[in-house]
Amino acid sequence: MPDQITERIAMAGFNLYYHATKALEDISLSIPERQVTAIIGPSGCGKSTLLRSINRMNDLIDGVRVDGQLLLDGEDIYDRGIDVVELRRKVGMVFQRPNPFPKSIYENVAFGVRMGGNQGLTSKLDEVVERSLKEAAIWDEIKDRLSRSAMELSGGQQQRVCIARALAVEPEVILMDEPASALDPLATAKIEELIFRLKEKYTIVIVTHNMQQAARVSDQTAFLMLGKLIEYDKTSKMFTSPSNKLTEEYITGRFG
Amino acid sequence: MKRAASINRISDRINIGLTGLATVLIFAILVVILGTLVAGGHKVITWEFLTQPPREGMTKGGIFPAIFGMVFSVMIMLIAVLPVGVSAAIYLHEYAKPGHWLTKLVRGAVNNLAGVPSIVFGLFGLGFFINFLGRGLDASLGKETLFGQPCILWAALTLALLNLPMIIVATEEALRAVPQTERAGALALGATKWQTIWHVVLPQALPGILTGTVLVISRGAGEVAPIMFTGAAYFLPTLPKVPTDQFMTLGYHIFVMSTQSPDIEATVPIAMGATLVLLSLTIALNMVAVVIRTRTRKALRRGR
Repeated sequence: MPDQITERIAMAGFNLYYHATKALEDISLSIPERQVTAIIGPSGCGKSTLLRSINRMNDLIDGVRVDGQLLLDGEDIYDRGIDVVELRRKVGMVFQRPNPFPKSIYENVAFGVRMGGNQGLTSKLDEVVERSLKEAAIWDEIKDRLSRSAMELSGGQQQRVCIARALAVEPEVILMDEPASALDPLATAKIEELIFRLKEKYTIVIVTHNMQQAARVSDQTAFLMLGKLIEYDKTSKMFTSPSNKLTEEYITGRFG
Repeated sequence: MKRAASINRISDRINIGLTGLATVLIFAILVVILGTLVAGGHKVITWEFLTQPPREGMTKGGIFPAIFGMVFSVMIMLIAVLPVGVSAAIYLHEYAKPGHWLTKLVRGAVNNLAGVPSIVFGLFGLGFFINFLGRGLDASLGKETLFGQPCILWAALTLALLNLPMIIVATEEALRAVPQTERAGALALGATKWQTIWHVVLPQALPGILTGTVLVISRGAGEVAPIMFTGAAYFLPTLPKVPTDQFMTLGYHIFVMSTQSPDIEATVPIAMGATLVLLSLTIALNMVAVVIRTRTRKALRRGR
């Protein structure tokens, strides 16, 4: 199997500046297809910024500038010719706090499809909604109340609706920004199970401040500190015999 | 220690007393105004009063043409002010760079515009709309005098200008209340900026915009200064039919009745009745605004 792994995302000498500050410095890493890659590091180390670079959500922030390379399937996503809207359909995102729209569950999941105007998907919207909710492991809980507001759901359910919403547009990569940090342990366990199943089909990059979570769900882990990539390796190796002293100290909880 | 504590307690009492007194005073003023109007005007308010034109130099009859003209002008005002104001607010809040000098300049201009006395708007309307725009239009169309005179159109546009800052501020406020995470959520799903605004931001901002609209209606209905040079008439035998007609309107009608009546004794009750109608309308509209605000706030919390 390992030889068949294809590279999905590749960063080379990637820098991100926020006004005069360098928020990400010389990041080079390769993210393989259909695996879970975790990004860990102390608060403010740039892990969310790194994640948001992959679907260019940082573009929304005034004063952000990047250089270096960030390739998705060999194509630099910061090239002039890149359609950001198209990119974000390919690279879905789940946020730290569940952020469903104040619309029905059905309309939440259908939203991306409707906006995308993909005839194939729009014509069988019911199927797409059902498929996505099933993939997000929430269908059975809510199938009888699709027309009810998504705001009535619990936090964990809302987050899974948000995942379903991201899946509905058939992305290839899914970015998750501490998707369980606002949830209770039970809901967190459900999200983790879900991540485990989703990687059969999707390439997943997840930011987490929870070391155990990274160890449980990811195949490789990137450790970031002060905007620099300190270590990037197989999760099994990182958590048993890290090669960098800082990684070891962070993982064993000596700081952070 | 003991003395300081008792001084504190006394000053506390005084403060409660003073602020309470101010509150009571405000309420009392409202009660006195309403009481005077109800006492002096309630007898004239009948179905005929609301549906008949004034007769015999405004000493008899009703106020229907004034109500009609008010509604007419406010509607045109809304048609003018809503699209412009809401669009400007969307641009300022969603597209313009917040720190940019041009954004700051425009926002400063909006705030200053809000502070301009309404009589200045009236004079501006006369100079710009009627003398410049209207006469220019007439000249280029080769018409006798159609646009180059006071009429509903120019009065409504003057009112629109007066209310533009209010709509912009209310809309911006409503847009600001929509959480940034909702926008991010939509954009991350591959929605374009405009789709995000149209399908996610505006529906949630709508209650705030509606509230602003209702307040603007009530202000537009009551203002006299902006329209007295730009379109309001002392008396008209017929109802206006097109926007280039002059119009009677409630606020101006009250002004005329109280200052230029040939028989003050006979006119006062009618003027009071008309004022009562205008004030009730304004208060009712403000209450509608409050209801919209609280209901939609609750609905949003539930998620509709």
